[in-house]
Amino acid sequence: MRSLRHSARIMATLAFAAVVSGASVPATRAATVTDAAGRKVEVVDTSNILSIGGDITEILYSLGLEAKIIGVDATSQFPAEALKQKTNVGYLRALSTEGVLSIAPHLIIASASAGPPEVVKALKQTSVPYLEVEDGHSPEGVVEKVRFVAQVLDVSAEGDKLARQIESEFKALAERRGKIGKRSRAVFILGAQSGRVTVGGSGTSADAIFKLAGLDNVAASVNGYKPVVDEALVEMMPDVIVTMRRSSGTHDIDKVMGMPGMQSTPAGRANRAVVMDGLYLLGFGPRTPAAALDLMRQVYSDSAASGSTK
Amino acid sequence: MLRARDSIGMVDREARGRLLIAGSVALLGAAMLLSLSVGPTGITLASLPRVLVALFTGSDDAAVAREYLVLVDLRLPRTLLGAFVGASLAVAGAMMQGLFRNPLADPGLIGVSSGAALAAVATIALGNTFAAPWVKIFGVYALPFAAFFGGLAATFVLVSVAGRHGQLMVGTLLLAGIAIGALAGALTGLLSYTSDDRELRDLTLWSMGSLSGASWPKVIATLPFAVAVALAVPRLVRGLNGFLLGEAEAFHMGIDVEATKRLAIAISAAAVGAAVAVAGVVGFVGIVIPHVIRLIAGPDHRFVLPAGALLGAALVLVADVAARMIVRPAELPLGIIMAAIGAPVFLHLVTRRGIGGVE
Repeated sequence: MRSLRHSARIMATLAFAAVVSGASVPATRAATVTDAAGRKVEVVDTSNILSIGGDITEILYSLGLEAKIIGVDATSQFPAEALKQKTNVGYLRALSTEGVLSIAPHLIIASASAGPPEVVKALKQTSVPYLEVEDGHSPEGVVEKVRFVAQVLDVSAEGDKLARQIESEFKALAERRGKIGKRSRAVFILGAQSGRVTVGGSGTSADAIFKLAGLDNVAASVNGYKPVVDEALVEMMPDVIVTMRRSSGTHDIDKVMGMPGMQSTPAGRANRAVVMDGLYLLGFGPRTPAAALDLMRQVYSDSAASGSTK
Repeated sequence: MLRARDSIGMVDREARGRLLIAGSVALLGAAMLLSLSVGPTGITLASLPRVLVALFTGSDDAAVAREYLVLVDLRLPRTLLGAFVGASLAVAGAMMQGLFRNPLADPGLIGVSSGAALAAVATIALGNTFAAPWVKIFGVYALPFAAFFGGLAATFVLVSVAGRHGQLMVGTLLLAGIAIGALAGALTGLLSYTSDDRELRDLTLWSMGSLSGASWPKVIATLPFAVAVALAVPRLVRGLNGFLLGEAEAFHMGIDVEATKRLAIAISAAAVGAAVAVAGVVGFVGIVIPHVIRLIAGPDHRFVLPAGALLGAALVLVADVAARMIVRPAELPLGIIMAAIGAPVFLHLVTRRGIGGVE
């Protein structure tokens, strides 16, 4: 029993290649990779990838590797064809072990927030190589993700090119950021429900993108995405409200602006709001420098930041 | 209220009860085969002979290894745990309804569900801060363990509050249970209020129940509880049947009412605590299954308890098969499926047959 299970782990990769993909020639390369969880994982075959995490899917598409993807998770909403053309294995925090195995991936690249933990543990014990990638809410984190994925898939040259491009975009962004005179005080609102808004405090992806866009997060005293009462939001005196458009296309900016007391804040008086796509703004993938620049331009439309753009 | 009344039709009920148990055994058998045979990979029990042969000959066939993984490491523990969860919830529900002489009673009344929920929510919401050492020690099993001990702790608090002079007052137990449930609910609410977006998602998913984390270590961990429930059920039949007539009547029949109450509460708490630990919050089974059985065979616990275990297990297994197949390769929460398939059937039975045990 033990020996069978042991050999099962070693061989199932070959099994998947032989049994499932049938005619397609597997892209074979034997390499040992150390992932974000510190596990040494043997990667043999990089065809038929299951990508779990919107940022990872985006990186794979940016590297031109979409043909190798067979499945994605429900958060992989960019590019839009990912969810249309690839099998959707569900929300990344609610995966199913047999469901994942049923699409017969040869390699799983997953965000560190994939779950539930028992399923991730079980998947790591199967023979399918399972690589964990840190969420990385920083320029370095994004570049590292790109280089990691490219290295695993043996496209280091393309990865290097993309990484350099992202780095130079971040550099250009930093230069623009340096030219900002008076920094705007902004708050990120995840959503509004019955007079309670959920703001992006410190340690969130919203806080990270604010830093990149040269905005002061007035909700920095809050830790994480937390609901606050309307009074607290008014007291933060934001100059601008940033909120996200959900994948369904809806957003809550009207609800926020209509809250009592909002008219006494600078953002409410000037009706200054920025609505951006959620994954674009908070995904920390290859589009992050562009998203930060986009946010910066929309906030500082009348200042140096926009003046210096082409 | 439940009442073992008529002597007319008793023989009829006896026969119906036996038939029901035989039918339930067959249903559970079919549900287990279905659960083992159906899944998103499309591997069926037809592979079983190959897997068994490979097990003894030590074959190195890779395709067989994959079938072994799916059948033996994924579906078999999932099937066993699903059966355990369904049986535990149905038996615990039947016991609580017998004890409180109320067809709407469920194990939630003795605080076990609210205590388990509070502990689970605390593990999710405080997993990176206060509860970090706990999570570190127990790893992926931190949440199930927390839920189990939370359920037990709440029950213990309730029993110590409601017990007086070595006696458990059923009325006090009921009201104190509601109060403790409300308190645990408030603390759960407080914790979820301060949770971040991702933690809230996890909380929501947990509260809808799932068997997706099934594994052999979990099966082994629940085994003692399954044995305890199986041993306790025959001992409780006479006592709970006495309770159908009333506590005083049971006492005069020579039933040790305090021992019956304590055993029923302890076994329900352990069974539900373990079930919640395995699958999260799975509602519905505990109320509906005993009720359906009373509609068919009357309130005699000789039939309600064993048939409840069998049918509860079968219902959870069938619901779980639907949960893994409908949106495959993703998975739906078990609680949604259970309510969706069970509620209309239940509604039909109740409106057609009247309230079981009262008629």
